[in-house]
Parts: sequence; structure tokens; C-alpha cells
Amino acid sequence: MTTPLLSIKGLTKAYPGVVANDDVSFDIGHNEVHALLGENGAGKSTLVKMIYGLVKPDSGTMTWNGQPFAPSEPKAARASGVAMVFQHFSLFDALSVAENVALGMENPPSMRDLARRIRRVSETYGLPLDPNRTVGDLSAGERQRVEIIRCLLQDPKLLIMDEPTSVLTPQEVDILFQTLNKLKAEGTSILYISHKLEEIRTLCDHATILRLGKNVGECVPAQTSARDMAEMMVGDTLQTPTRTTEKAGDVVLDVSGLTLEPSNPFGTTLKNIHFTVRAGEILGIGGVAGNGQDELLAALSGEALTWPDAIKVNGKDVANLGPNARRDLGILAAPEERLGHAAAPDLSLTENALLTGAIREGLSNKGFVNWSKTAEFADKIIKQFDVRTPGNHVAARALSGGNLQKFVIGREVLQRPEVLVVNQPTWGVDAAAAASIRQALLDLAAGGAAIVVISQDLDELMEISDRFGALNEGRMSDIRPAAGLTIDEIGLMMGGAHGMEVANVGDQQEGAGA
Amino acid sequence: MIALQKRPTPSRALSLATPLIAVLITMIMGGALFAVLGKNPLEAIRTIFYDPVFGEFAFYYRPQLLVKAAPLVLIAIGLSLGFKAGIWNIGAEGQYIIGAICGAAVGLAFYPTESRLIFPLMILAGALGGWAWGMIPAFLKVRFGTNEILVSLMLVYVADQLLASMSLGLLRNPEGMGFPGSRNFSDFPAASSWINEAAGLHWGMAFAFIAVIFAYVLLNRHILGFNIRLTGEAPRAARFAGVNPTRLILFCLGTSGALAGLAGLFEVTGPSGQINIDFASGYGFTAIIVAFLGRLHPVGILLAALLMALTYVGGDLAQGNLGLPSAAIQVFQGMLLFFLLALDLLTNYRVVLKKKGAA
Repeated sequence: MTTPLLSIKGLTKAYPGVVANDDVSFDIGHNEVHALLGENGAGKSTLVKMIYGLVKPDSGTMTWNGQPFAPSEPKAARASGVAMVFQHFSLFDALSVAENVALGMENPPSMRDLARRIRRVSETYGLPLDPNRTVGDLSAGERQRVEIIRCLLQDPKLLIMDEPTSVLTPQEVDILFQTLNKLKAEGTSILYISHKLEEIRTLCDHATILRLGKNVGECVPAQTSARDMAEMMVGDTLQTPTRTTEKAGDVVLDVSGLTLEPSNPFGTTLKNIHFTVRAGEILGIGGVAGNGQDELLAALSGEALTWPDAIKVNGKDVANLGPNARRDLGILAAPEERLGHAAAPDLSLTENALLTGAIREGLSNKGFVNWSKTAEFADKIIKQFDVRTPGNHVAARALSGGNLQKFVIGREVLQRPEVLVVNQPTWGVDAAAAASIRQALLDLAAGGAAIVVISQDLDELMEISDRFGALNEGRMSDIRPAAGLTIDEIGLMMGGAHGMEVANVGDQQEGAGA
Repeated sequence: MIALQKRPTPSRALSLATPLIAVLITMIMGGALFAVLGKNPLEAIRTIFYDPVFGEFAFYYRPQLLVKAAPLVLIAIGLSLGFKAGIWNIGAEGQYIIGAICGAAVGLAFYPTESRLIFPLMILAGALGGWAWGMIPAFLKVRFGTNEILVSLMLVYVADQLLASMSLGLLRNPEGMGFPGSRNFSDFPAASSWINEAAGLHWGMAFAFIAVIFAYVLLNRHILGFNIRLTGEAPRAARFAGVNPTRLILFCLGTSGALAGLAGLFEVTGPSGQINIDFASGYGFTAIIVAFLGRLHPVGILLAALLMALTYVGGDLAQGNLGLPSAAIQVFQGMLLFFLLALDLLTNYRVVLKKKGAA
């Protein structure tokens, strides 16, 4: 057996109160795409940070091509040939692609040289990208290409990718996978972090599964079913949400000709959006992040006011009503950003229950807050949505992302909405909690509410929506029944592969030559 | 190695304890400073902190404490509402001056009529004057997005000039032989804020007390107080909760202006006695320290104002008795704020001793 590229033995890293990695061992071979699979909080990020030199392990060793490997900082890891594409991009909107790449280099060559090298790499690996474009104008997929190219210019032996497809359309995912396969063929190993099982099955040669910081199993993804991998990841049998067949009722939410300028300069303008949602129906809205999802939620929640008659609920024009007036009518919302938007980080859960519950739960009388009733409401949310917390006095920021998400969704669901709009309801939530949130939404719909679910998780949308539409650059695609939609059709609704129109001539030649 | 670690939840106990610890450290460091200056540190500390309250002449100094604390409480309570919401009114000094001018002008217009209605009318005028001065930065912020810190601060200097102009012109005492300054309110019983001058009690103290209770109820029991806190903690969440930021800015700047105006009115008709060029005494700025020292909490502000008044009165005493330079007293007051802000870190972070990482 040949020496693996990177061999990890007994890595352990503990933070106060939690062991992030507990005696994790595995090998990454040469020319291998290795998946690191696990739920949120399973310790994937800590592990790759140790490989990339951002975090020092408490104990355990790593060997790189048989040599001891203990990078003290990312620079040392990069020097050995480790490169990483982070989930959150670190790019400057106002600079061009080439300038951004130059910023990450120790000895940047002249701009002209660099642009030429970027062009060459982008052509070789089928990553269409113009080095002179301003990053602020790029789609999320294109930004990711900038990050990948930045890594490829270092000629890495091991490329770490953290949840790379969460911002891509299905077509863009295909392009990425072609690139990764090509890299593999040329001798670069890839450590691919994800919780999307189907992706891992198509792309990866080996998978290591982490649960609660421990290595709980390895498998060859192509020979293992997605369900088996999921159960290894969760450590339990999965509850699939069930839906009772219900008949859709009358139109409750009627959006017609909704046009809205964004409140901040980097927002997306909503352009002439039309859709209706009936009682008992779930409308799923997909799309790559940053295509108007936040703005749509703001327009529906009342945080942004719109032209008269753009939004009607049960025939009543609500376009000019603020959030509280809409809550009074039963229109509730749960924004994507939990800390700072849906909840105030430093306020207690009780106070956060008051944040949206004051009107419908009758928590205040002539402006005076009934704190004991508010605490009861908070306790009810904590109990019914299984929010793990020492009590209702705890600050929202002390809760894990998943627990806070359960609180935020529970707070709205328990207020008996007639219309509920949620953005990314299960983002960063573990599989079991995600399933219970989806079940709560399905139950709410079965009870006659009209629900809009905005999400970037297509599997989630296909699982719970009755009809599906996608946002692309502030425009809404046609709304179609969710049952029977193919992944290709969905991808086209989401706008296909962003930026393919700027694909280089070289890229086409490459394509023609292949 | 010493490292800071963020606490999951801010420590409540420490947020209450830090002002006390800060006072303690200030005493120790201040004592050291006085020792370096060649004074007996224990005696100096005793003169500042003990004598005004329990010393031989405490009967004289205790009312002084209330006289100094009352305007500080009134102004700081108003400021704390805005500070909690992230609205920074730095110009309370200006609102204090304008409140005094407006209230005094109304009173002087009736001189020498004696009527029970005059003083309430003056209170109203003082509050309105401060309110209007506070509404200038509020309106500019809401309408044009200007920075309220700069606008309110610059308006202090405008108010200063207005004060000079008033004491030399419109409000000058016609029987004052040409000296600058208005008539003295001690000669005008209907317009005096003293309830009992010998005991050092004036209406400003009553209003300060009411303001503390009012603010406490507002912040802890009322949805408007909740919205103020929410806006300061998470502006986006506040919008989501239906808070109208425009109305909140107008409310906070207006209220703090009105309270500062009231403080000015009670000061000019009581302890100060007349509109004069040197009427402005820095209460509006000191109140900023008081507001933070009191944790932006109404009861805390009450205690902080008393403590601040103590350093003023005790500082004067130490200057007179021990010959401490006044700059040393100011350094002493500065230390207090410095240590408080430094210790503030501990409510959100804990200090941990780390062993050097095994490399």
C-alpha cells in the first residue's frame, strides 16, 4: 500500500464544554475525492481548520506524504500544498477579480501577468471567469470560482472545499463537479465537506462520517445508499415528514405586480412578481442566495412597504401596512438571519417571545407588558418545539443555531398564522430538528394556513411544497406544481448556470477540443 | 497566558458589581496619586468620600450633594433612554442652557407679578425649550440622515452664544447697573424653584425622583421601553418587530431634551439664581458619565449621580482643606469612568488563564 497523501491519527480538540473532535483518524489518498460528512456541529469545521493550520489540535498527529505535518498557521499549510475554499467568501465587492486574487498572494505578479494566469487556469478547468470584472457584479457561483481559482494558482496537492454547493444552481453544481474531477485526474486530492448525500454519492471516492466529534464510520459512497449514510450521520433512524392529503382552499395570499427597490445598495430589486397561495398550500420558492429572497420576505412581512394592491390577503390590500398591522391580520414571518433579525442576540428568550408575539398573543395591555404571560408563551415555544435551553431567561445568542431556529419558527407557528412566510427555515439545523420543523409547517398547512417557504435547499422544497417557483435576479419564474419537476427543470427556473454567457472563447475552444 | 473568553450570557452579577469595583479601584489608584502629590492618601480619600456625608460639617454638605445630583439625574435619565436605543445625544448641555433661558424668560416676563401659575408655566417653557433644542438634531437626522452626535454637540456652542447674548441683551437686569446677567430669581418668590432653601430642597429634586420612577416603569414594564432596548440591541430585529425608527428617534431626543431643559430651568431659578454668561456648568456633559456609570439603569443613575456629586463636593473640600490641585480631582473623576469602562469588559468576557499550548 502506498503512503497516503494525508494521514490523520487520533486528532482531538476540545473547547470549554464541548469536545469538537474526539480521537478522529482517517487517511486521504492521492488522486482521491474524500468526503467529510456530518451534521452541523459534528466537528467537520474544526477538523479542517486543524488541517489548514487555523486551529491547533490538543493531541493526535498528522502526516503529509509520510512526513510529520503540524502547520502552525495557514501560511505553513499552504506552503505544504493545502488550499481551502471557505463556505463564506472573503472577497472585496469593489475590486476586480484579479485584484482580489492578488490580495491573497504573498508575492503577487503584475496585474497583466496575473490576469493571464487567471484566464489560463479558468480555461483549463472549465471555470468561466473574466479577471477584469468587478466582484460586486458576480453571482454567488462566480464568486466561488474566484475563490477556487485563487486556490488553484497555488498548485495545491489537497483542496479543501467547505459546503461548496450551497450557493449553486444544479447546472453550476455540474460545472463544479467536472472541474473537481479534472483536478482529481491531474493528481490533486480533494477533501469535500457536505451534508448533501446525493452529491457525495456522485462525486466522492471515500467518505468519513463524523458524529458529535467522533469518526463513526467510513464508506464508499457509490456503494452505500443515501439513507444508510444519513442514519450513520444522525445515529438514529430518520423520520420522514408525512403529509396528509389536503384540498387547497381559497386564495389567501395574492401577490401581483410586486416591485420593490432594495433598502440597501447591495440588495436585489424585486421585479414585477406575481403569485398566489391558497389556504392549506405550501408554495416553495427556490433560487440561489442573493436573488431577492430577503427582499421578498421584507415585502411580505411588512418591513418594506410596497405599492397599493401589490399584496392582498383574503382580498384585503395590505401593501401599506407595517409588520404589526399585518400580524394583527394573521400574516407572520420568520426571516433567515436568526441573530439580529429574527431574534435579538442579547435579549432573553422571554423578551424575544415578546418581539413578535405581543400583538397576537395579547402580551401587552395599553402598552404595558404582561411579563408573566410572555414567559408562559416562551415556555410553550420551548416545550412544544423541543428547544434545548436551561430556561427562558437565557440570552438568544447562547442557544445553538438549530435550537434558536426551532424557537424562531415555533414562535410564529404557535401564533396560529393565516399566512406564514419563512426564509431558510432549516438552515444550519440538524437533520432531526429539520424534520420536525418541516413537519410543523406541513401540519400548519393541513390546518388551513397559506405558507410560503423560501429556501436554498431544493430537497427540502421538493419534500414539502405543493407548488414551486424560483427567484432569479429579483424575478419570479412561473409557478409550477412541485410533483414531477425534474432537477433540470428546476435548475432552468433558477436561471441555469450563472455567468455562462461570459464563458471565455478559450473555454469554448477547450469544449470543442474535448 | 491570560486570555479573554466570551460569556454565553452577559453576567448579571458582574454588571451590578463592576461600578462598585470601579469605585474601589479608583479610590486605591487615586490614593496613590495623592500620595505621589505628597498628601496623606487616607486623609484625602476620607475628605472626598466621608467628610461630606458624615463629617463635622455634613449638615452643610449633604444638601449640597442633592443640589448637585438633581440636574445630573434629570439629564442622565433622558440621555439613558436614547443611549439604550443607540441614539447619541451629546448636546444635553445645550438643551440645558436653552431650557434655562426659555423658562427664565417666561418668568421674567411676569416680573414682579406674584401668582401661583407663573412657576408651572416656567416649567413648561423650560421643558419645551429643551425639547425644541433636542428636536433640531432629531429632525435633521430623520429628514436628512445627519449624525446626531455632531449636530447636538455643535448646538451646545450655539446655545452658549445665545446664553451670552441673552445675559448681555434681552434678559439683562434693567436695574443691574449694566452688569451682565438677568434679575436674580431669589428676589422673585413666585418664580423660585426652592422648596426650602435652608434644607437645600428644590423642585428639581422632586422632578428627578419622578423621572427615575417614570423611566423605570417605561423600560421594564412598557412596550415602548422594550422597543427602545430592542432598537439598541438589534436594529434589524426592531424593524421586524414593527418599531418605527423615526418615531423612536424623535421620542428619545425630544424626551432627553425636555428633561435637560427642565434641569436647566430648576437650576437657573434655584441654585444658580440668574441667567448669566457662566451659567453653563458642564452638567450636560457630566451627565453622560453618570448615565454610563449608572449602567443606563434608572436606579443606577440615581446612585451614580449621588456619587458624582460626592466627588464634586468632596473634591472642593479637599481643595480647600488639603490644598489638592483641582486638576487632581478631575483626574480622579476621569479614573472612575476609565476603570468602569475597562471593567465593563468582564460582563461579557471572562478572564481565563491558559497554559501555553503544547506545540
